[in-house]
Amino acid sequence: MGVRRKMALRFDLIIFTILLFASPVLSDLILSKVDRRIDLTSQIVRITSTLKVENEGSEPVSEVLLAFPDLQVKDLALLKASPHEGKGKVKSLSASLPVENVKPNGMPAALTFYAVKLPKALGKGDSYTFDVLAVFAHALRPFPEKITQADIQLVVFQESAFYLTPYVVKVQSLSVKLPESRIESYTKLENTKIHGSEIKYGPYENLPSFSYSPIVVHFESNQPFAVGQEVVREIEISHWGNVQVTEHYKLVHGGAQNKGEFSRLDYQARPTIRGASAFKYLIAKMPPRVHSVYYRDEIGNISTSNLWGDSKKTELLIEPRYPLFGGWRTAFTIGYGLPLKDFLFELEGNRFLNITFGSPMNELVIDNLIVKVVLPEGSGDISVSAPFPVNQWEETKLSHLDLTGRPVVVLQKTNVVPEHNQFFQVYYKFSKLSMLREPFMLIFGFFSLFVAGIVYMHVDMSISKSSAAYLARLQWDEVQAAIQQVENVINRCLTTHDKLEASLRDLSRTGDVQACKAARKAADGLLKELSKELKLVLSFLQSSSAASQILPKVEELVAKEKDLQEKVMAKHSTVVDCYEKKTGIRDSENRVAAQQQKITALRQEVENLLELIDEI
Amino acid sequence: MVGKTESQNGAVKATAAPAMNLESDLFSNFSFKSFKLKTKQQELLLRVSILGLVYILAFITRLFSVLRYESMIHEFDPYFNYRTTLFLTEKGFYEFWNWFDSESWYPLGRIIGGTLYPGLMVTAAFIYWTLRFLRFAVHIREVCVLTAPFFASNTTVVAYFFGKEIWDSGAGLVAAAFIAICPGYISRSVAGSYDNEGVAIFALLLTFYLFVKAVNTGSLAWALASAFGYFYMVSAWGGYVFIINLIPLYVLVLLITGRYSMRLYVAYNCMYVLGMLLAMQIRFVGFQHVQSGEHMAAMGVFFLMQVFYFLDWVKYMLSDTKLFQAFLRITVTSAVAVGALALGVGTASGYISPWTGRFYSLLDPTYAKDNIPIIASVSEHQPTAWSSFMFDFHILLFLFPAGLYFCFKKLSDATIFIVMYGLTSMYFAGVMVRLILVATPAVCLISAIAVSATIKNLTSLLRTKSKTAVAGSSKGTGGSKASSKASFDQSQPFQKNGAIALLLGAFYLLSKYATHCTWVTSEAYSSPSIVLAARGAHGNRVIFDDYREAYFWLRQNTPPDAKVMSWWDYGYQITAMGNRTVIVDNNTWNNTHIATVGRAMSSYEDEAYEIMRSLDVDYVLVVFGGVTGYSSDDINKFLWMVRIGGGVFPVIKEPDYLVNGDYRVDKGAAPKMLNCLMYKLSYYRFGELVTEYGKPPGYDRARGVEIGNKDIKLEHLEEAFTTSNWIVRIYKVKPPNNRW
Repeated sequence: MGVRRKMALRFDLIIFTILLFASPVLSDLILSKVDRRIDLTSQIVRITSTLKVENEGSEPVSEVLLAFPDLQVKDLALLKASPHEGKGKVKSLSASLPVENVKPNGMPAALTFYAVKLPKALGKGDSYTFDVLAVFAHALRPFPEKITQADIQLVVFQESAFYLTPYVVKVQSLSVKLPESRIESYTKLENTKIHGSEIKYGPYENLPSFSYSPIVVHFESNQPFAVGQEVVREIEISHWGNVQVTEHYKLVHGGAQNKGEFSRLDYQARPTIRGASAFKYLIAKMPPRVHSVYYRDEIGNISTSNLWGDSKKTELLIEPRYPLFGGWRTAFTIGYGLPLKDFLFELEGNRFLNITFGSPMNELVIDNLIVKVVLPEGSGDISVSAPFPVNQWEETKLSHLDLTGRPVVVLQKTNVVPEHNQFFQVYYKFSKLSMLREPFMLIFGFFSLFVAGIVYMHVDMSISKSSAAYLARLQWDEVQAAIQQVENVINRCLTTHDKLEASLRDLSRTGDVQACKAARKAADGLLKELSKELKLVLSFLQSSSAASQILPKVEELVAKEKDLQEKVMAKHSTVVDCYEKKTGIRDSENRVAAQQQKITALRQEVENLLELIDEI
Repeated sequence: MVGKTESQNGAVKATAAPAMNLESDLFSNFSFKSFKLKTKQQELLLRVSILGLVYILAFITRLFSVLRYESMIHEFDPYFNYRTTLFLTEKGFYEFWNWFDSESWYPLGRIIGGTLYPGLMVTAAFIYWTLRFLRFAVHIREVCVLTAPFFASNTTVVAYFFGKEIWDSGAGLVAAAFIAICPGYISRSVAGSYDNEGVAIFALLLTFYLFVKAVNTGSLAWALASAFGYFYMVSAWGGYVFIINLIPLYVLVLLITGRYSMRLYVAYNCMYVLGMLLAMQIRFVGFQHVQSGEHMAAMGVFFLMQVFYFLDWVKYMLSDTKLFQAFLRITVTSAVAVGALALGVGTASGYISPWTGRFYSLLDPTYAKDNIPIIASVSEHQPTAWSSFMFDFHILLFLFPAGLYFCFKKLSDATIFIVMYGLTSMYFAGVMVRLILVATPAVCLISAIAVSATIKNLTSLLRTKSKTAVAGSSKGTGGSKASSKASFDQSQPFQKNGAIALLLGAFYLLSKYATHCTWVTSEAYSSPSIVLAARGAHGNRVIFDDYREAYFWLRQNTPPDAKVMSWWDYGYQITAMGNRTVIVDNNTWNNTHIATVGRAMSSYEDEAYEIMRSLDVDYVLVVFGGVTGYSSDDINKFLWMVRIGGGVFPVIKEPDYLVNGDYRVDKGAAPKMLNCLMYKLSYYRFGELVTEYGKPPGYDRARGVEIGNKDIKLEHLEEAFTTSNWIVRIYKVKPPNNRW
């Protein structure tokens, strides 16, 4: 308690200094009505203020100044002004008013000012209502700063009950919405009411400029305080139809630090009580048609995740390896593929990627977000349009089959909240032909591999062309070729024999002696030619010294073949004779049978020899 | 060159082929012959495609674990290898070579470059760099995971050539097919098993093949190649000692059996001298290669070879045989005397170091049990049971003797080698479970000889028959009655049927082998052991990812310089995945340090606290299976901690932890057991947990008892993290209390 009081005191001191330096009103604007709603239901503080400005002076004014103490500004993640459209209407994002940081003269040093540009200048007596949404990332401070596993997490929020503004405020009110109805303490001013989990201050009327009245709310919040210390999103475009998103997270539980033991037994038995401040899972809302989702970290896949979805969205529930208690860290990577046609469009010859900036995780504060858009190799004319200021530079990335590397656009932003999850565009030029580069490279690679194989098989790699071994091998190659030729010839002879046999069969069927004779004649011619060929090869083999081993076999083969040839001829002649002389078929069969037996035996031998030689 | 000549022949044949094919429609028996014309080509095609299929099969059969789980590194040692490879690819070779690792063996540290075999890491890094150069943006983890299957595939090719060298190409093919799926080899080469053995078996077989080739050809080139193979082996695995002892033994056997030849002289000398010089380049080996007892056999044989050569020369010069006999006697005695003297002096002066404990324990299986508990404590150093032989070899176990028979029937230099390799490695496989791995290639090769020779004989029987049958039928219209008596008579009756039956039996056995191998691979050897899987009540798969949960917690939520004390089994994993400093790890180089940890674990908490303070321990990690029924946890390993601790610090006595020689954790356990640090850390607050329905709280499912000490209070430690299934428990060592 003592600590808190001291804190409040310090805050008071700051305010005093602000008030001391407060200078007179700088324009004739007044705020006729200020309505502020502070949403503390998550770790992200969202203050929505509805301001009604009135010009009481004579000169037209087109700018309204918003003031924030520097202490708050360092946590300010997003500041957005939009025209007030009354209750119940959905605010459209496009109709926001431009807001910029300004440093007007003569203002207190501890304040930072932002100017909202009104759509049109306010004349005398005119009024205009608009909403200001300010989102703060680390505005809730855990107190006590260290708790045990069994404790609940309490956080402190500080604000001013009065709207801090350089203008006079006529009427104002403030409501603070808390996640749970358990409130440790809160500053009680006049007109303070409490409804369940909502605290209301005001209305207060006619307060001068720079009025300030600090309030402190100390309450229970067991919402996940997931803070991404560094998140890197890599969006890689493949024109083959895929946008691959890879997100690397470094998370920390930003709430009250865990101290003392972590007891699994307690956590297991009563997770909601002994471990209320811990968070077990995160939910990511991803675009529809997401595919190939993975969830892993440096040391491997994490098996505790769930994915479900419909045509509008996909939800991914991921559980870190262990429940995150205050101050505990974890790191992981999720990746998913998206269909290209949902995110890539063409405009006047330019292509542009239209995709959300922030992380898909629910209620995640990111201290440092780096978005990398990896464009296909060969893209040029790259430009980025983002809805809010970001740091930007370019890199190259070497990936599969890249020669020069892919251009990477890097966008970096600090203090990112879910409100930053807006679409941004990357424009670039890319010719369709470049798509074919990588397949061609692959084809060329394989082609050259095969060419190398062919070259290796056909090029003589011997170093010494005159060595005995080399010459012997050359000779052996020749001999083998010759033997091959012999085999070839013999085989052709055998085919001719078979043809003759076939002609005999035809004869017995049709009785056409002339055809049979013609076949015989053709076979004779062929065999003669073959024997000539054979002679040539044989003479080579006889001259070659390397063939001495195999020569006897070859010669035997040739001799046997010749024998066989004669026998076949003889048989053929006998059968034809029989037919011509019209002797009895039985008689011819008897005569042929003996020949046939010899032929079969010979043929068998020739074939065996062929096989034998083949094996050598 | 073989391929070259064959392809030329192919070109010649190809021209003849179309003409033949035209006929094939007309004459059915021609088509057979026209194919036959290209038998060689066909055979080459068949051989290459079979080899290609075997190559692919060897790779994909090892991918079960990737499909079932994920692309991850398995077990314990591979995590160290992965970590060093990562370091190598990030920092380059010189940094790697000079790496002093302060993250292990705190406070001693470890000189990584000088105490590891860099072959595996350099290989993986080389593959990685090559792929990067070819523009394949792979992650180093994928390369590491797939290194072992890739090398297993390469081993099949080497096995083919080796089989071809010692027998014929058929045996080579069968050997390749056998080794591709042999469980004994798969156990160490599944995807993710990124261990030295993965490449070492390849290197081993390659060295042997090249050496046999060198002996067969007497070619200096092959001997040089085998020296380089040996160098690769030395760089990859400590098992190279097997090579440097087996080869001299083989040479010695050849010398004794009178098979000395110039080929052998060239092969061995070149291989030994160059191999030795190359091996000395590996810092972990260095001068050990000429100084340690394990390498002396090779040197002795080297000198013996010179003596042999010298004698040969003298014999050639001296024509008088009597004179030569006398000379022989003198030379041999003096050579032996000089050798023995040199060995004696070297050993006495300490120049030659004696055999290491590991080597002793190989020769004498009971040695480690009595003298070196740290070697005996490793489960893979246990003697092999028959069942695991059967499990790992299946039918090869029966084919092995048959193959030996064939080898003895056709003795040659090459078959002598494979016989010796087979017999010695089978002995070692019997001594230590893990050495089944070394025996596997030999068993596959010898069995392949048996299978190939048998099938070849049977088919040749069948083929001669079928040919006569074909010839008989081809006679066509000619009289067929007379021909039937031609050649049938010589053969025995039912020979053909018998051959068919035997062939079918062989194929049945081989197919059984294939199914067995696949089943073993899928069921037994494809679990990463870091992720445990079980079947849930509804048949769904339940994953226990507790190890990684704990390691990742350490990595993220402890100070970067935190020191973690655990039993040495988990050291490599903690440094690799947890990225934290450990006191001891799986490189068990310092027994005293391990004994200190064992002592801390087996002491009372306050004594242990003193030890932990002296070691700067911040966290203590224990593995506990009581909730899940995971049996290889620290309580079950605890007796080894006691033994190893007691081996150095006699204050720790094993009987203190036993009751009548029984190891118990329930109420009847020894009081020292119930209050030692390990017990307390394992069972802290476990007494409040109901693990199984119908059992009292504190029921230990791994041991099936209710624990004896349910009221455990920790004084100097506090629970820092326990994983979701309680498998890993991490405790924080509290700083000392303020005195006031």
